[in-house]
Order: sequence, then C-alpha cells, then structure tokens
Amino acid sequence: MHLEYFHLIDRIADLRAEERSITVEAQVPLESTIFEGHFPGHPLMPGVLLIESMAQASGWLLIALTKFERMPFLAAVKEAKMRTFVTPGELLTIEAAVVHEGSGFTITDAKVSVGGKPKCNATLTFRQVPFPNDDLRGHMETMAKRIGFPQQMFAHG
Amino acid sequence: MSSTFDRVATIIAETCDIPRDTITPESHAIDDLGIDSLDFLDIAFAIDKAFGIKLPLEKWTQEVNDGKATTEQYFVLKNLSARIDELVAAKDA
Repeated sequence: MHLEYFHLIDRIADLRAEERSITVEAQVPLESTIFEGHFPGHPLMPGVLLIESMAQASGWLLIALTKFERMPFLAAVKEAKMRTFVTPGELLTIEAAVVHEGSGFTITDAKVSVGGKPKCNATLTFRQVPFPNDDLRGHMETMAKRIGFPQQMFAHG
Repeated sequence: MSSTFDRVATIIAETCDIPRDTITPESHAIDDLGIDSLDFLDIAFAIDKAFGIKLPLEKWTQEVNDGKATTEQYFVLKNLSARIDELVAAKDA
C-alpha cells in the first residue's frame, strides 16, 4: 500500500472471471503520515481507506470483466461495517464478488480479513464508463502489470 | 397478481422513501418524483431482480442524448412499465 498515492492494492492473488470474484492482498504500512493524525498514540487504518481498498479490489475485478474497456467509478457505499480495528503492519486479504450486473452499473459485495478474521465489509455500487482518456487507461494498465493483473484479461488489439 | 405499474411503484416508494400514494402511472420519475440518476440505479437493480431482466439504461440514455427518444418514453411510469413488460415478454419468447 502507498496510502499517500491511494495505491491500496499490492497484489492480485486470484481473479476468477467465471465466478466474477477476486482476491487481492494489501500490506498496511508500518509508518505513514496518516497514522500521525489517525490517531496520535493509537494508529489505525481509517475506515474510509478500508472502504476504498474494497472499492479498488472490486474495481480491478470489473476492469477484468470488461476486458479493460470500461473504468469503474465508485457511486454508492451500503452496509459498510468496520468490525474491528486494522493497525499498521497488518496484511489484508480483500475479496470482492459481483452481486448484480446492470446496464452501465455493477454492484459488488466486498470484505477485508486479516489472518482469516473479518475486519470489514460493504456493498458497493459502481458506474462503468468508457475510459475518459488515454492517460488514465495507460496509468491503469501500468498499475495492472505492477499488481499481477492476469495478462490474458487485457483487451486484445 | 399485481400489475407491473404497482410493482414498480412499490419498488420506487421503498427504494426512494417516496409516499406510495403520490406515485401514479402519469408520474415522471425524474421530473415529478425527483429521482436522480444515482437513486435510479437502485431502482434499476430492484426492477432487474424483481422481473429477471436488465433495464437497458445505457441504451435509453444514449437515445435521449441523441434526440431519438424523449425521457417521457422511458421515465413516465406507465411507459416504463410497458417497457418492462416488453423486456419480460422478449425474455420469455
């Protein structure tokens, strides 16, 4: 994780297109300026960043399912539950699965666990639109390679 | 079995917290009921599930933007209900 750059996903551990689900890993850093404020003397991973990590995991799944033709943008967060604290240095396993594919939008269920213990979960809605420009698409492709996005799920041609 | 309109009106009332008795077949989801595009995603999700279809929102939006259709054709509830009936019939054909 590079929290300051909003790079929250380190590695795609498993992407199951036929099941429309994904598992990713993310290492919470031991040190970050974010922990200096959240909270002094009691560093915790902010809940909004945990939600964002679930959104990013879902997002990579949706990019795979549309073969890099569409960019998902987070549109709604429902039933978000922060069950226990996430602290610096913990290795997060983030799972996401498609609940419903609509026309131009998709809903996922996502959860974060550490060592098999649930930390948080949420139901997320994404709008999916064509990539707004080549810069973003290029950036996402670079990121995809860095985190082990399956090569065969890039668009052909 | 309740009509398509009744089922849609119930979905809208429950999803958007709009009093059921203010929703009529002539209501325009956007102009009369004040439903925005994000809330309409929730309605589309509920309708998709309830009727086993996929409302083609992107196609409809494109047609409206291109001037090939009016919002009334898709978002006045009696018309929306008719479109749903067509999609259900097409699915079952």
